[in-house]
Amino acid sequence: MTSMWTTIGLLAAGTIAIKSAGPVILGARPLPARLTGFIGLLAPALLTALVAVDTFTGAPHHLVIDARAAGLVAAGTALLLRLPIILVVIAAAAATALVRAVS
Amino acid sequence: MHPVQRGIRAGIPAAVATFAVAISFGVLARPVIGTVPTIVMSLVVYAGSAQFAALSTIATGGTAGAAIAAGLLINARFLPMGIAAAPALRGGRLRRAVEGQAVVDASWAIASDGRGRFDRDLLLGSTIPQALAWWSGTAIGALGGSLLGDPQSLGLDAIFPAFFLALLVGELRDRRALATALIAAGLALALVPRAPTGAPVVAASVAALGGVVRRPRDDPAGRLR
Repeated sequence: MTSMWTTIGLLAAGTIAIKSAGPVILGARPLPARLTGFIGLLAPALLTALVAVDTFTGAPHHLVIDARAAGLVAAGTALLLRLPIILVVIAAAAATALVRAVS
Repeated sequence: MHPVQRGIRAGIPAAVATFAVAISFGVLARPVIGTVPTIVMSLVVYAGSAQFAALSTIATGGTAGAAIAAGLLINARFLPMGIAAAPALRGGRLRRAVEGQAVVDASWAIASDGRGRFDRDLLLGSTIPQALAWWSGTAIGALGGSLLGDPQSLGLDAIFPAFFLALLVGELRDRRALATALIAAGLALALVPRAPTGAPVVAASVAALGGVVRRPRDDPAGRLR
């Protein structure tokens, strides 16, 4: 249990330090245009990677296609239909649950 | 209306979904790390993707060190995100550091204009409903999750990637963003079998390097929406 609290404490401290670093070091200085271009594309890059890794990783270091892929397809469909984000996540859970129930 | 109120309003739709993600985190984490650590983790770490990464590392038998590394590697994206948002923040170093804690994926995406500039009121305001939803949802999931039955059979583990997909769609403003997203996904998946947990996501930021190539300013023809 001690290591659990250590884990949580270090995760929190590390996260606060990471979030503080940019604003503290950079202050109010504006960014060079090329860096802004890179940063503008970071969100699509990181968010897509998070989605892909989280959906298609089974056991650590193993790629799988399982019921969560059906959830992702359902979420994508809900987004195409421009449904509210809460319905998007509910559709994903429902589709995943359905595939697990029948398989 | 106070300017921050605009941010609070803008943050509410994502916060409703964050609430669902938080419940799923509470339900999934409690059997692995216990009720109180689950709730405290959301209070002090306040970063869903890192918490899920640390949790899955522990759940699959990883060490505390591996869990911390996975979580912090995932959160390494807050470094460039914080640098991006920094010009929008105010005050001295300490105040900037505190305001910088408002950067989470949803608030950052809401505050971003997609061209590298950020709206401070949207950033700070939209974090407020995010935080309340994250904390209360985790507590509800951790305390009440045992009433729900098997979280896997309810598909609760699909909620988190769906939430991030929804955030992502808001970022796909033009072809360049779309191409970046596809390269990032391919890169991350290719690294999963080879790299430590958490590293593939961070490495995928390489895909954003296409952004250093100059493009004509304000190019409406290239925008999908």
